[in-house]
Amino acid sequence: MGPGREIEIYPASRLEGHAKISIFLDEEGGVRDAFFQILELRGFEEFCKGRLVEEMPRITPRICGVCPWAHHLASAKAADAVYGVEPTETAEKVREMGYSAFFVHDHLLHFYLLALPDFVPGPSAPPAERNVVGLLNKVGQELGGRLLRAFGYAHEIQEIVGGRSTHPVFCLPGGISRPITEEERARIEGMAKYLLEFSESTLGLFKKTVLKDEKYSKMILEDKNVNRVNSLAMVGEGDSLSLLRGKLKAVDPDGRAIDIFEPKDYLDHISEHVEPWTYSKFTFLKPLGWRGLVDGEGSGIYRVGPLARFNVIDRIPTPRAQGAFEEMFEVLEKPCHSTFAYHWARVIETLYAAERFMELVEDPSITNGDIRNIPAGPRGRGVGVVEAPRGVLIHDYTSDGEGRIRELNLIVPTTHNNSVICMSVRNAARSLIRAGSVEEGLLNEVEMAFRAYDPCLACATHTAPGQLPLKIEIFDSRGSLLKEISRP
Amino acid sequence: MIENRKGDWFEPRILGFLCNWCSYAAADLAGMSRMEYPPNIRCVRVMCSGRVEPSFVLEALREGYDGVLIAGCHPPSDCHYQSGNLKARRRYYLLRKLLRELGINPDRVRLEWASASEGQRFAEIVKDFTERLRRLGPSPLKVKRVGAE
Amino acid sequence: MGRNRLNLAIGLGATCSGCDITIVDLAEYLPKVLSSVNIAFWPTAADLKLKDLEAMANGSIDLCLYHGAIVNEENAEMARLLRRKSKLMVAFGSCACFGGVPGLANLATKDSLLETVYGTPSTDNPKGLKPQGEALVGEYRMAVPKRLDAVLPLSGVVEVDYSIPGCPPQTSQVKDAFEAILSSDLPPRGSVIGPAKNLCDECPRKREGKSISKIVRAHETIADQERCLLDQGILCMGPATRAGCDAKCIKANMRCEGCMGPPDGVGDQGAKMLGAIASILGLEGEDKMSEEDVARLMDGIVDPVGLFYLFSLPSSILRRRLWEV
Ligand code: SF4
Ligand code: SF4
Ligand code: SF4
Ligand code: FES
Repeated sequence: MGPGREIEIYPASRLEGHAKISIFLDEEGGVRDAFFQILELRGFEEFCKGRLVEEMPRITPRICGVCPWAHHLASAKAADAVYGVEPTETAEKVREMGYSAFFVHDHLLHFYLLALPDFVPGPSAPPAERNVVGLLNKVGQELGGRLLRAFGYAHEIQEIVGGRSTHPVFCLPGGISRPITEEERARIEGMAKYLLEFSESTLGLFKKTVLKDEKYSKMILEDKNVNRVNSLAMVGEGDSLSLLRGKLKAVDPDGRAIDIFEPKDYLDHISEHVEPWTYSKFTFLKPLGWRGLVDGEGSGIYRVGPLARFNVIDRIPTPRAQGAFEEMFEVLEKPCHSTFAYHWARVIETLYAAERFMELVEDPSITNGDIRNIPAGPRGRGVGVVEAPRGVLIHDYTSDGEGRIRELNLIVPTTHNNSVICMSVRNAARSLIRAGSVEEGLLNEVEMAFRAYDPCLACATHTAPGQLPLKIEIFDSRGSLLKEISRP
Repeated sequence: MIENRKGDWFEPRILGFLCNWCSYAAADLAGMSRMEYPPNIRCVRVMCSGRVEPSFVLEALREGYDGVLIAGCHPPSDCHYQSGNLKARRRYYLLRKLLRELGINPDRVRLEWASASEGQRFAEIVKDFTERLRRLGPSPLKVKRVGAE
Repeated sequence: MGRNRLNLAIGLGATCSGCDITIVDLAEYLPKVLSSVNIAFWPTAADLKLKDLEAMANGSIDLCLYHGAIVNEENAEMARLLRRKSKLMVAFGSCACFGGVPGLANLATKDSLLETVYGTPSTDNPKGLKPQGEALVGEYRMAVPKRLDAVLPLSGVVEVDYSIPGCPPQTSQVKDAFEAILSSDLPPRGSVIGPAKNLCDECPRKREGKSISKIVRAHETIADQERCLLDQGILCMGPATRAGCDAKCIKANMRCEGCMGPPDGVGDQGAKMLGAIASILGLEGEDKMSEEDVARLMDGIVDPVGLFYLFSLPSSILRRRLWEV
């Protein structure tokens, strides 16, 4: 135990394994520092060495069962590049179609199961209500039924396209494993229509329950928990929103473009810092350098994910989502740094993915038999980058002559966001702990702050009676327990 | 006894899977004719070398044997079950590859052919294998049992 | 379904959470499950009160589904605690059943793993820091749990009553398992809840099972959708893998990678597959093949460990890599 007093919130949330928040107080009982610790490591960078490049799209989704499709696609792109092969046009479309369905699914899961319960039953509602059951009671059985239907459909579509919905299997270097039949396409189309409508009504629900509610809209507009950092995202043509193809672009806290590069050159632009108290690393923009967990001018720290994407892009290539995008930035400043605006961006992106999905399923070439270009031998290194629901995801493979992985590097969204999550947690602690006394809302504030970033794996939270687990223990300077706070 | 690389004295333990029709008979012959060969081998009689599952070999290694000998009838056509020996040969190559990938010296497993009349040959195989294993040293599985019990 | 609600716990170790998602994916079936159980413990979803769990009487949880592998002491501790509190301890998903994909870490040492992760080309780590155990940061002492020397399946630390394999288990499997558990219609303790046979048994493809003359890697061909993949030279794990997933990957025209683990009666999935493939690879014209021919043929299998033990290395006979060569 260090000097001063320590508060432990354990475990904070699910995130690549367990996580924990440690808060250290000074002699006056104010917060001296707070740390968000990731407590588990599985080590894919080591044990994927020696594996076959073409198997990587099936192995790496096991990094995260919440966003397996993002790993599948990033890995497939890296494998394409290792083999120097472009997927056929049809394969590209089928990949994107499956990915769009996944994106809708993942964003909906997050919004309804994780974010909304904070707003609808309200953070001060009894714990038994602050979960999906409580939510369903509040919003009504009708919406609940439609929600479960949407999840069911999204699951089915991913299974049709990907073979399995969690841990899909269909991508191979140069394309996909089999064509979509007309029968399947028609089945998917029916479900796509439903998902599009549902996404649209979700945006409506968000506006009605959150934006129209004075208290919550204030949270978005006057967020105390603001960190002014850079944003990094992939951009398509004309700086448009793009999930699978494009360049990486960074903007500073004022929205000025400060870097733009080809994904394969990421090593010249991004670097990772190591701290001994957490298994997760901290990325930063290389030209700016690492200056510690500080924001503002000159800091290399950046955020990724829905809000970062919105800060970086100029437009969304589908009409309805574009309308909503314009509407959002009529209300908010661009770039926006309020973590709660992540939720808004997320529901708009859901609509984009659903629209894109609809376009692709109606594309007559989606059922073509031209599904794969067969590559010659491996050529060396390949980088695959995609926008995962939670932000930029990088897979970088170097192969030997037999197509076995010799070297690999993986940077997941939570690593990009690690710094800003840590700072958010510290902000929340500082604003709510004074003179050794902890204000009521601390747990919620902390939870809500990092839930906006949605540390991977937290998606399943609130699916059953219960809530995000948090506990605070307060120790005196000699390390004995003074007080313990946990939820009733 | 021979001193191994690491300077320790040690007697390797070998498990032999010998096919009933040729190699076991060869071992018998070697024994009955009092041919000299090291006592380091324990023999298990199997009906055919093709009957030796890869898992038998892995189990033997886990049990701490320093080497495993599989012996059968001469290829291509001496096997009493037509091609059990050829199947054994294919398995053997794959098994060696697997062992190498798992960090075990593939020379700890050996496949040999000996007919019923080759008692002498069998004795020499065992002698040679024993010596090679002495040079390799104790099985890494013996030095450190893996996993938590 | 009994009138009394089952006390359910969902525990977790080193997990990707895909196993949690599978439970969520029960979708419309979920309310039925939720109405017949009482969730006593589910860190992902319900309030984790370790203290409360500790305070519960031993055996007061009727059913614990545990997912994820055991990679550190904390995982092991959690497993032991839940075992004490639970009447039935079920290994849920292939990580818990066999060690799973994270079990491939048994191909490395703890040190090399940390070395690699904190030394990637994008890592700026001049001091060579490797988080592990306690660290003094300024004046604060903080710790991350130490990794074990080897990854273990759940059965490596506690007694397991039943296993539900799959990565993740398919929703149909989970439904069936819940039905079986809720109606107490269970196989003998220690068994796997699912079919006993191998995947080829439920595979819709035409299988001749004769000889294959060479190994074809997945990206080298567009596989025929009617014929057995193994017959086409693609290393499908069907013969060494338990049925029960409805041949999901096969239907997507991809090889089975073995996520359900070995069928009944097979201890070592990789060894089984090795035997199966050696029986048919190079069968035709075998008598005319030289030793070199055989060796070359087998070299077509480039990564036998990654292909045959992707999910089961920690529960295989050898369990991990050694360092003799
Ligand atoms: S078994 Fe598969 S889905 Fe389940 S936790 Fe392990 S890797 Fe994830
Ligand atoms: S080997 Fe694979 S494709 Fe062939 S029958 Fe078995 S499961 Fe089906
Ligand atoms: S086909 Fe094989 S890898 Fe695919 S889900 Fe079934 S058992 Fe798992
Ligand atoms: S019977 Fe001797 S090897 Fe087959």
